[in-house]
Amino acid sequence: MALEPPGWGGNLLRGLTNSVIIAVGAFGFGLAIGTGGAYGKLYGGPITRDLLEVYTTIVRAVPELVLILLLYFAGTDLINRVLEAFGYARIDVNGLVAGIWVLAFVQGAYSTEVIRGAILAIPQGQIEAARAYGMSPGLLLRRITLPAMLPFAIPGLANLWLIATKDTALLAIVGFSELTQETRTAAGQTKAYFTFFMAAGVLYLLLTLFSNVIIAQVERWARRGMPRIAGGGQ
Amino acid sequence: MSTTHTASGLVDTAARASLWLQPHRIVLIAVALGLVASAAIFMRWDWIPAYYDLALRGIWRTIWILIVTGILGFALAVPLGLVQVTGPRWLAWPANAFCTVIRGTPLLLQLWLLYYGLGSLFPQFPWVRDSFLWPYLRQAWPYAVLALTLSVGGYVGEVMRGAFAGVPRGQLEAARAYGMRRRTVFRRIWLPQAIYSVLPTLTGEVVLLLKATPLVATITVVDIYAVASRVRQDTFIVYEPLLLLALIYLCITGIIVFAFRKLEARIPARLG
Repeated sequence: MALEPPGWGGNLLRGLTNSVIIAVGAFGFGLAIGTGGAYGKLYGGPITRDLLEVYTTIVRAVPELVLILLLYFAGTDLINRVLEAFGYARIDVNGLVAGIWVLAFVQGAYSTEVIRGAILAIPQGQIEAARAYGMSPGLLLRRITLPAMLPFAIPGLANLWLIATKDTALLAIVGFSELTQETRTAAGQTKAYFTFFMAAGVLYLLLTLFSNVIIAQVERWARRGMPRIAGGGQ
Repeated sequence: MSTTHTASGLVDTAARASLWLQPHRIVLIAVALGLVASAAIFMRWDWIPAYYDLALRGIWRTIWILIVTGILGFALAVPLGLVQVTGPRWLAWPANAFCTVIRGTPLLLQLWLLYYGLGSLFPQFPWVRDSFLWPYLRQAWPYAVLALTLSVGGYVGEVMRGAFAGVPRGQLEAARAYGMRRRTVFRRIWLPQAIYSVLPTLTGEVVLLLKATPLVATITVVDIYAVASRVRQDTFIVYEPLLLLALIYLCITGIIVFAFRKLEARIPARLG
């Protein structure tokens, strides 16, 4: 368990770092997809809306594990085919980048629904008032919609962040060396399965508890200036 | 644009059904059918007959695990939720800690901790080897069922905590005033009302459980996901088994959602 090479603690911490990087990346890109998706679902044309509906329904109904395999293989394969078509050499897609994009695609579907619900929770008058002031759609998004929906979206987004940290464990299946995979390697080498899996569990738990503290602070910040409602902010 | 959208959001269900089949939808459905048809024609499906039996057994095992762990997990979740609402502190605290730990660590890790961790500890104790449970403990599925049950217990326990706390106090007091014993109050009033109020959430939890079942394939339980993996390894066909697998999961999800919707429709009155 020591940090230096005879022990495996260093590997575990490296795995944790990889997990956190992937979770942050996937969550961030997922938010971007989610915001776009929510806007498309609310204000897009009929075809955009239907396509987004198909996207969110399928992604939320199929196990993450299957999606990860499908997107991981399909994504790398597609990139290489495109590169070959344009006459470039095949590349080995970086596991980190692939992992981030695959999880972001999954997260995007969930955050689309969360953000859509949050935008719908904004009092309609606020958006109408902004339109009446002659704000352009971009300005409206930046000044009114995003800040106003944040308090409604944060509980759902916090859940998504916690799901993102735990979903990184699934990348162990495609052999990416995040925390769970590192743990399995370490445990397999030392035969101390119980110790190492417990240690990894503690690391994940610490990450979750630490996130909870941060989330509580972010939520307080996002709700600043709002009246206190018991049980509010769904 | 936005006014027509809000208007369409307000129309009642009957009118929405007739609105559903718009021209662009027909085009989209045609495109989707075209994609399916081209997938059926141009992709390789010749492996299906060879794996047909195995796949059926895999689907059956997935559904079996889903039902067993769902019921066991719910049975675990009810006391977990209840003691967090009314129990003494020495019961409430461990229940809360259990839910936090289960919800704070990945299921894959829990599964591997139980299977590899416990599985490697057990053979060291002679009394475990000698016990009548040993033939079961050497197989993978008890660990899969245990891990999924604990996971469902943790997640649904948290849901049930909110559900029990959400039943109006007056209902329980009225039941007590009728002279019902505490157990009767729980069985007739508290539990049914709590379940009714969180039925939509429970639908989501069951779908989440379904999506967690393929993880058991990593500890050598042959569910439908493991069958698809074997096809990939045997034949080097990558996409077709995975696409079919996604379709199977979509269908099972559809069935779950439909069944729960039927159940919801049977609730006598809508509770606030």
